[in-house]
Amino acid sequence: MGDRFSITLEGHGVASGYPNERVLVALERAQGFGQLKNMPVKLPVGCRRGGCGVCRVRVTRGVYRSDPMSRAHVSAEDEAAGVLLSCCIYPLSELSLRLETTAAVKAKYRETPAIEQGG
Amino acid sequence: MALSGIMRPAFAQIRVLDMPAAIEHYTKRIGLHQVCEGADGRVYLKTADEFDHHSIILRRADAAGIDLMAFKCLEEADLDRYEKRITEYGIAVDHVAAGEMPGIGRRIGFTIPSGHRIELVATSEMSEPKPRTHNPDVWDVEPHGMAARRFDHALLYGPDIEKVLDFFVEALDFRLAERVDMPDGLLAIWLTCGMKAHDIAFVKHQEPGKLHHISFDLENWQAVGHAADILTRYDISIDIGPTRHGITRGQTIYFFDPSGNRDEVFAGGYTYYPDLPTRTWDQTQIGKGIFYYERQLNPAFLSVVT
Repeated sequence: MGDRFSITLEGHGVASGYPNERVLVALERAQGFGQLKNMPVKLPVGCRRGGCGVCRVRVTRGVYRSDPMSRAHVSAEDEAAGVLLSCCIYPLSELSLRLETTAAVKAKYRETPAIEQGG
Repeated sequence: MALSGIMRPAFAQIRVLDMPAAIEHYTKRIGLHQVCEGADGRVYLKTADEFDHHSIILRRADAAGIDLMAFKCLEEADLDRYEKRITEYGIAVDHVAAGEMPGIGRRIGFTIPSGHRIELVATSEMSEPKPRTHNPDVWDVEPHGMAARRFDHALLYGPDIEKVLDFFVEALDFRLAERVDMPDGLLAIWLTCGMKAHDIAFVKHQEPGKLHHISFDLENWQAVGHAADILTRYDISIDIGPTRHGITRGQTIYFFDPSGNRDEVFAGGYTYYPDLPTRTWDQTQIGKGIFYYERQLNPAFLSVVT
């Protein structure tokens, strides 16, 4: 797997990631192991391939490489400012991230549990 | 022939971020064949079991999603007939000349209240590979990948689906096979123009023009299991499944293409006849309606679109 890096999701916990692994996948694993605390909603996971935009984060520290991602969700200015889709970045050092999920997505994630309770 | 007018889905044009990765996904993994590449870079794909020139178009773009979905009419005169009805309904119709896509005749196009572009076409050249018509084998070219048999339907997300429903029924002669009614109104509709339980479906969504998934028909439940093996072997991003829908009864698996567009491969579903009543689901059983085995929605189903 190569080097292992700690990936801090600020306010929630620390995941372990690898240079050949999408950061979102590392965060999903950490969530599965109960390592992410106090999440306002479940970790937003969508297409995992850069199209849907729900896994937006701001990288506040560290070095990464990235795949192409939808300009509908990450503008060139966003990308330059470190706002990216976590499914399309790979850690090249320790990273710190902040969830930057759009308000629209947050609202939808809040609606969904109500439907699950009804089902 | 009882089936006339709009018969079935013809093709969908999908936006992709990485063309080589998209071609590999749709041909090697889902099992389509590349027919040709257009001068503008669009890539035309089909299954080996389809006669028409192509059923999926890939267009390189900076954002994922769907450009248009087209339906096939039985004859050219249908295009004129529907143009009149759509115009009288109050929706503007435009014209796309024959040859704008290779092998495809003239089309009419229009934007529906959910923000999606829909087109009608009556003429397509045939392309290889296609089934033989004299002493045909079950397949001429051996199936590969998930062995998709046809582009079957799409599920689109957008606003005003009450208006979309009225338009498809009144102007395009579709019928409503199934619907989901929530306390705050209509949430989802499954529409058919032929004998499948759905040819196009819509879910209410704030943003217009969004794609939930495009879907490909497989031969049986065994093939859905094989598709699941392929997803894991090639590390393709999975959404949910293998499972079954209560709605339409399809046996299914959902996953994402390399640009994040959701794909479905499925088998089964009931046969629809035009005299059948609409099947209705309410809030208490929607989980079972969407995912019959899990009996609850996953968070992504209502929120993740391109």
